Amino acid sequence: MAITKRHSTDLAKQVFDYAPAPEATDHIKIRPRYGLFVGGRMVEPHSKKRFPTINPATEQKLAEVAEADEVDVDRAVEAAGKAFTSWSRLTPARRARYLFRISRLIQERARELAVVETMDGGKPIKESRDVDIPLSAAHFFYYAGWADKLEWAFPNRRVRPLGVAGQVIPWNFPLLMLSWKIAPALAAGNTVVLKPAETTPLSALLFAEICQQAELPPGVVNILTGAGKTGSLLVGHEDVKKVAFTGSTEVGKSIQRALAGTGKHLTLELGGKAANIVFEDAPLDQAVEGIINGIYFNQGHVCCAGSRLLVQESIAKPLLEKLKLRLSTLRLGDPLDKNTDIGAINSKAQLEKIQGLVASGIEEGAEMYQPECRLPERGFWFPPTLFTNVSQSYRIAREEIFGPVLSVLTFRTPAEAVEKANNTPYGLSAGVWTDKGSRILWMSQRMRAGVVWANTFNRFDPTSPFGGYKESGFGREGGIHGLLPYLELT
Amino acid sequence: MPGRNGAHVQVRKTYKLYVGGEFIRSESGRAYRPDGKVNVPRGSRKDLRDAVRASRGAFAGWAGRTAMNRGQVLYRAAEMLDGRGAQFVELLGGGAKARTEVEQAVETLVWYAGWTDKLAQVTGTVNPVAGPYFNFTIPEPTGVVGIVAPESPALAGLVRRLAPALCGGNVVVALAPENRPLPALTLAEVLATSDFPAGVVNVISGQRRELLPWLAAHMDVNAIDAAGCTPEELTAIETAAAENVKRVVKLPADERSPYLITAFMEMKTIWHPIGV
Repeated sequence: MAITKRHSTDLAKQVFDYAPAPEATDHIKIRPRYGLFVGGRMVEPHSKKRFPTINPATEQKLAEVAEADEVDVDRAVEAAGKAFTSWSRLTPARRARYLFRISRLIQERARELAVVETMDGGKPIKESRDVDIPLSAAHFFYYAGWADKLEWAFPNRRVRPLGVAGQVIPWNFPLLMLSWKIAPALAAGNTVVLKPAETTPLSALLFAEICQQAELPPGVVNILTGAGKTGSLLVGHEDVKKVAFTGSTEVGKSIQRALAGTGKHLTLELGGKAANIVFEDAPLDQAVEGIINGIYFNQGHVCCAGSRLLVQESIAKPLLEKLKLRLSTLRLGDPLDKNTDIGAINSKAQLEKIQGLVASGIEEGAEMYQPECRLPERGFWFPPTLFTNVSQSYRIAREEIFGPVLSVLTFRTPAEAVEKANNTPYGLSAGVWTDKGSRILWMSQRMRAGVVWANTFNRFDPTSPFGGYKESGFGREGGIHGLLPYLELT
Repeated sequence: MPGRNGAHVQVRKTYKLYVGGEFIRSESGRAYRPDGKVNVPRGSRKDLRDAVRASRGAFAGWAGRTAMNRGQVLYRAAEMLDGRGAQFVELLGGGAKARTEVEQAVETLVWYAGWTDKLAQVTGTVNPVAGPYFNFTIPEPTGVVGIVAPESPALAGLVRRLAPALCGGNVVVALAPENRPLPALTLAEVLATSDFPAGVVNVISGQRRELLPWLAAHMDVNAIDAAGCTPEELTAIETAAAENVKRVVKLPADERSPYLITAFMEMKTIWHPIGV
């Protein structure tokens, strides 16, 4: 039975009729203006410049944040440099205690952080509440425990922190990416200057308060808000010894180029175009849930999103029918509603990028499917979308869309699946769905990707190293491997 | 065979590039004489590309060998090098210093031969994630590695980087030291008789100034080892490397550790649910 738009919409209405369940915001205090967090204090920016950060679901201004200039970057790096002397010599067990405190404070302020994350970034509250914030706290807790055990991590070597780390993070998981950067850096004895993304600075500014509450020594963590210019000033600063960047492959390459010959340590976590491969023996209903989670989680604003679905030809038809049906039950709307599955697109610029790539897919000859879906009038929205009839050469099959858009391709043999999965300059993640254990391992060995999810997708944990092959970057975050980029072995 | 006046006439060797398991002249037909006497092929951009293509073709096979088998092949290389020790001592100028260098090169191969099947146990992990998943991390080779060997020591310096890269399952395109290429080109003869599949190791001689930019910018090279580079060359390499996010390995030239092996590797993490 073919699933028509009307049919699936009717079904969705019958089965899923939810009353609104908005998360309360009355306990949230967002200040009208924020400064920069330098040397343990919120300070006025030298630049005197500020820019607004908005709620992408309403387009309403949430606050004005500072745009750090060269002098601000200098001051922050200097503060971090001063703090490094004492922080790196502090008894490791004491360093650990500060990190444990931070982890606990994140747990204590979890709901506030989740709500602010959702308001500033547009992601569904159930994701910020159940994924971003708990994982952030867990990340600090995990690396806190490493701070006084570093001598056990790298056999036969002594370890030394590098100095001031300049860290630039993206807007898709603001507090979680901050935690991935700051927790291992501090545990290893470095100090940091971190720049959150232009569109999602608020959780990082709340984190500055948490550092104060934790009585973290001044200058150990510094937060500079700003746009790309601030980021390039930070990574290029001569007293920054270590640069860690998560973001687009394009910007990552420009940072690698800019740092050439400087001797700075560098790790990059860049884009992806992951294949999610479904074999004919896979449990289809589970696979459908995995595909949905793989591409529509966080509106597809995920570098490791399973954006290329590779289906074995023999089950393409039934799988697509199930997938389309499931798509029609996804609830798009107010990110603060606890039942929302798909929130707002993070920014107007990102929405335009998604629209452009989707238009290219139609133009190149792919067939688009979108469930009937009313988009709110204000804010930035894009319905969950899937493309069939996709050729490997189409832009939607090659380029990272970073939106809720799935490209479906088919294959016949495992070898063909591997060939197609690896046919990309990226190599961040991959998925495989099959009931056959030996095939999972065979596929996992052959897929050139840093993370392979077998019969699951988009799972994260502080103990689990994450990072890419090829143009998805180098270095790992998470686990014992995530310590290495912040240490020198002697 | 005695010459006309009874003196011995040596059968001299024509030095060649080692590409795809074959000893070839440079396609450019050019040669240079770094010591003023012996003609050495002056490899070209095309030779380099051919070598990268050959190594890419050999990658899946070499990476897919069992760790034990890779260890045996590396050990075989040590045997072959040791067996031709006297020749290398002579190439390196003779004397105690040359003997020590050859011995070090042999020892390096033996040492890394023993690492192939231990590395994953030392650097891999099983990760206790907070959920019903089995999760583990293993090292995998990064792919095609370009090696810029130091000028000195001309033999041991190259072996110290080749061995760890090959140990991890990578395939290699190595630039021979420009001024002292003969030990590297002769080492290729050792590797050719050590059961490395064709294309796993390739050795190109010639001018660094000419070859390095192409090696650093090649889109199918995954990593480049800068052990033998000057600071200016390093800057140029790192700039070109950004085009395809190449890993640039900068560990010291005398590094000998599993950390050098993993510098040429990727960590892969695999998740699977646990359930009935």
